[in-house]
Amino acid sequence: MDVVLDNLDVFIAGLRTTVGLTLLSYAVALGVGIVIAACRVSPIPPLRWAGVFYVETVRNTPLTVLFVLFFFGLPKVDILFEPFPTAVIVLGGYTGAFVAETVRSGINTVSRGQAEAARSLGLTFPQVLRIVVLPQALRSVVGPLGGLFIALTKNSSIAAIISVSELVFRTDNLANETARAVPVYLGAAVAYLLVTIPSGVAFRALERRVAFRR
Amino acid sequence: MTAPVLADALGPRARRKVLIASVVTGAALAALLGVAVQRLVDKGQLEWARWEPLTQWSVLKFLLGGLGDTLRAAFAGMTLALLIGAALALLRLAQTAVVRWLATAWTEFFRGVPLLLLIFFSYSGLRQYGIDISPFRALVLALALYNGAMLGEIFRAGILSLDRGQTEAAYAIGLSYWQAMLQVVIPQAARRMTPAIVSQLITLLKDTSLGFVITYEELLRRSRSTGEFFRNPLQVTVFVAVLYIAVNFTLSRIARRLEVRQRRRLGAGAIATTTGVEDLAVVSVSAAAAVRDDH
Repeated sequence: MDVVLDNLDVFIAGLRTTVGLTLLSYAVALGVGIVIAACRVSPIPPLRWAGVFYVETVRNTPLTVLFVLFFFGLPKVDILFEPFPTAVIVLGGYTGAFVAETVRSGINTVSRGQAEAARSLGLTFPQVLRIVVLPQALRSVVGPLGGLFIALTKNSSIAAIISVSELVFRTDNLANETARAVPVYLGAAVAYLLVTIPSGVAFRALERRVAFRR
Repeated sequence: MTAPVLADALGPRARRKVLIASVVTGAALAALLGVAVQRLVDKGQLEWARWEPLTQWSVLKFLLGGLGDTLRAAFAGMTLALLIGAALALLRLAQTAVVRWLATAWTEFFRGVPLLLLIFFSYSGLRQYGIDISPFRALVLALALYNGAMLGEIFRAGILSLDRGQTEAAYAIGLSYWQAMLQVVIPQAARRMTPAIVSQLITLLKDTSLGFVITYEELLRRSRSTGEFFRNPLQVTVFVAVLYIAVNFTLSRIARRLEVRQRRRLGAGAIATTTGVEDLAVVSVSAAAAVRDDH
């Protein structure tokens, strides 16, 4: 226990990086996901195909492989990023594929009459999507999007393999230095739970708040 | 399925507009692809010499051996995780409050921490305390603990999603708690849960790639050493990514088939409507979505 208290600054610094990484990647993921979902329901076939290709490829590749591909593969074509931006791109792009699927299932829950009514008012397809369908769709998937946020928080630890100094990276070093693995890893676990459990509660509250009564 | 719900059957003018937009976006996507290919050519990444090692049988055998070890760890992890998940679900629905709390605490703990942390813990952590655990066992242990908690949640959701009348009817005809569970509740719940379970298992399969951090000789680790040896990390990683995609895509297709067939036969709404869920995330939309989403 002393090991944790003595090195509290290590945990705090790690947690800060983890939270920053998670929030930035989540913003990227929401952007990517909504655009891809819009592509997948659009009337233009090439956009639909591109959307399907993106989702199926990214979703079926392990996140670890994506990290390796971006961090060790892309420099071969002179595309070089620092570890942290690489992590944001990879985590955001990966989670974006799942956000896209979630949003698409949300779009499917919006009743057909909504889009029909919007169209009969003369709205164009992008307007129908942006003004009428997406706001309703997003409301109905707040819960699942919260689940993805929690999964992303945990997945952000994989950035440790490209030496982003987030929580797992720092605590692993600390565990090796102090040779006190159990308390150190437990401390890290508690730090993660401090993020994941409250965000679960927060998303559930938000879900209830924005729920539609149809 | 492909016909979007958001557009009516198109008239002549709209069809012309869609055609023009298709040509434009198609050209833009093709141009993007062209830029990427040009870049690869410029940096010599498409030269045959860099891909040639992947046609040598010895290299392929090495990599496929890694895939074998990936599948071995995944299979062992899946078996244990399913057992742990079933136990947790039953304990969380137990009649004794203390048992319920303990099972809930266990689930929340292992569901809330990153898998990578569990992997480090079960390998280097246990080693520090003199337990000489092999990388394979450490990986399987971590996968089982993490996914067991995840599956426990799915099982519980499946059991709770069942109409209460089912249990009540079972008790009414004189079945005991365990008889009702085993003969009435679990068979129906299992059917509804299949898609969610399969997607969790696919996540587990993908997560075995984390074994490379604790020197487990699975596909990703072998691809790294191959890439270093032939100095073609980009090519080998792409090849390995394609292998993973092929395996996972096949699995999710099979799962989807099963789901469609079952729904046709039983007319029961499945819990999850999408395949390959990252987390429990998509599970809860389903109830509403399953009704409207007729694929």
